Amino acid sequence: MSFLEITSLSARVGPVPILRDVSLNVAAGEVRALVGESGAGKSMIGKAILGTLPGAIHITGGEIRLDGQDLLALRPAERRRVIGQTAALIPQDPLTALNPVRRIGPQITRRLVDILGWSKRDAEARALELLAEVHIPDPKRVMQSYPHELSGGMRQRVLIASAFAAEPKLIIADEPTTALDVTVQKQILRLIKEMQQRHNTALLFVTHDLGVVAKICQKLTVLFGGMVLEEASVEAFFAAPQHAYSRALLAATPKYTDPDQSLTPVPQSILDDLQAQLDFAERTTT
Amino acid sequence: MLITLFGVAVIVFFVIRVVPGNPIAMMLPPGAGEEDIARLKALYGFDKSLPEQFVIWVAGVLQGDFGTSISTRQPVLSLVLGRLPATIELAVMALVIAIVIGSVLALTGTRHRGTRTEGAIDVTNGMALSVPDFLWGLLLILLFGVLWPVFHISGRVSPALDLPFATNFYLFESVLRLRFDIWLDLVSHMFMPALALAIPLAAIIAQLLKQSLKETMHLDYVTLARTHGYGENRVITREALPNAILPTLTLVGVQFTFLIGGTVIIERLFSYEGLGNMAIDAVINRDLPLIQGIVILFALMFTLVNLIVDLTYALLNPRLRHG
Repeated sequence: MSFLEITSLSARVGPVPILRDVSLNVAAGEVRALVGESGAGKSMIGKAILGTLPGAIHITGGEIRLDGQDLLALRPAERRRVIGQTAALIPQDPLTALNPVRRIGPQITRRLVDILGWSKRDAEARALELLAEVHIPDPKRVMQSYPHELSGGMRQRVLIASAFAAEPKLIIADEPTTALDVTVQKQILRLIKEMQQRHNTALLFVTHDLGVVAKICQKLTVLFGGMVLEEASVEAFFAAPQHAYSRALLAATPKYTDPDQSLTPVPQSILDDLQAQLDFAERTTT
Repeated sequence: MLITLFGVAVIVFFVIRVVPGNPIAMMLPPGAGEEDIARLKALYGFDKSLPEQFVIWVAGVLQGDFGTSISTRQPVLSLVLGRLPATIELAVMALVIAIVIGSVLALTGTRHRGTRTEGAIDVTNGMALSVPDFLWGLLLILLFGVLWPVFHISGRVSPALDLPFATNFYLFESVLRLRFDIWLDLVSHMFMPALALAIPLAAIIAQLLKQSLKETMHLDYVTLARTHGYGENRVITREALPNAILPTLTLVGVQFTFLIGGTVIIERLFSYEGLGNMAIDAVINRDLPLIQGIVILFALMFTLVNLIVDLTYALLNPRLRHG
């Protein structure tokens, strides 16, 4: 049985569909990429799992099972507790994801104490251990620091440490390297992979960067317009993508080996085809 | 800060001498001769030129001598310091009421954003803001002084009470001396003027804090705290509030100085024996030294409030503390 099972999940803003009948599984310890262009709904899936969808978006159908429990059927307080205990988020922008008026230490330890009932001493020992695991020099000093005293890369390391603090079974990484500069991106990717393997956590990696997918993921799901287009293992996908849109997406990825080559956009005919498909789905479901 | 005070001293000194009205004329009995006028002028130093008078006054102030009140013939300093505690207590009580009401409204509005509750809070704020403090004062007198008389409507304390106090900070000292009977009487006198002063400020705090809370609630660290399993109330008070307070604080400082200015009229309205009430008397009597003393003291309070706001801001914002 998969650790995360999403079945026929649909969501809307007013009449506009955001997710259409999305089904998705992540097995324990598996790294799955969620790929798609802006607006494809990839971040929305992460938010739906974690219960942080913006107020205007309503889930209209489907199931989200985390460790066998149907999240959408739980009462809100119970749902928050389950999510806090079993899942964690590595956010996109480390510059805005830490509370500027609080020291780093409490930002990692507080919820271990508040939500999971650890002793303060245990939580602090755990935080120090994790900060060392994410290769932060002088963890003691960093615990005492405020976010503005750390660089972007350091802050992302802190957030990764914090995500792993409660030994979650599932981590959702929402474009965790997009806001960082290229040299730091590589280190952070390697670090996420390293931490994922050490803790054997399932990882749902939301990204638009196929290069990143090739580096750290095993499986991938391609989304377009809130709909799953293709599911494959990473090897199979890069060898022979099944869907025309996937092929075009792969062709559009810039090659670092050939920087002079001009970028190939996804052909309009494929986009038109997909739009027609979405419109058809809309007519048959409503 | 000293430069500000000096500027205020210059302006007040010359302005009150330019406006019409002659303090000597107020003191003269009918039928006084030229000779009497000249003698009185010399007694209060009005026979010298304006710059000379100014230098004499400033030199005195620097030595702690603010001159003698013309209408009461007592030293200005002791008069003014005697009234100052009453005004400070009133202003601080108004500030506390404003912060409590304002924060409760802001937090409730944020908790129930997008619902009718928030709409109702916005409407209330708008009303509270568009009515000035002295009208609130009149309304309160009508409500709680006349229609349903639960509070005292005039004075600072019931004259029948025997006050065992060493200072003029009655409210503060009554708590220290555990005289809660007197404390209750004081609060009953202060409550309405303080509330009248507090209502517009409370509305400003509610509006600003709610706005800044709503902006903060969309930030990533708030979302992250939600995924940690914290409920809405904890997220608002612990993650969003400490950040949302900062922009509110600076404006509250400015608004609080307006509130201190507002005490002048409110104290008059409630016959509250504070500095503001004394200021109006001083103006009516053309008591120039007293007016100067009061204005300097108000200016000093304004600058002190600004200083306190700056210090508090630095205390609450780690980016400034280490920067």
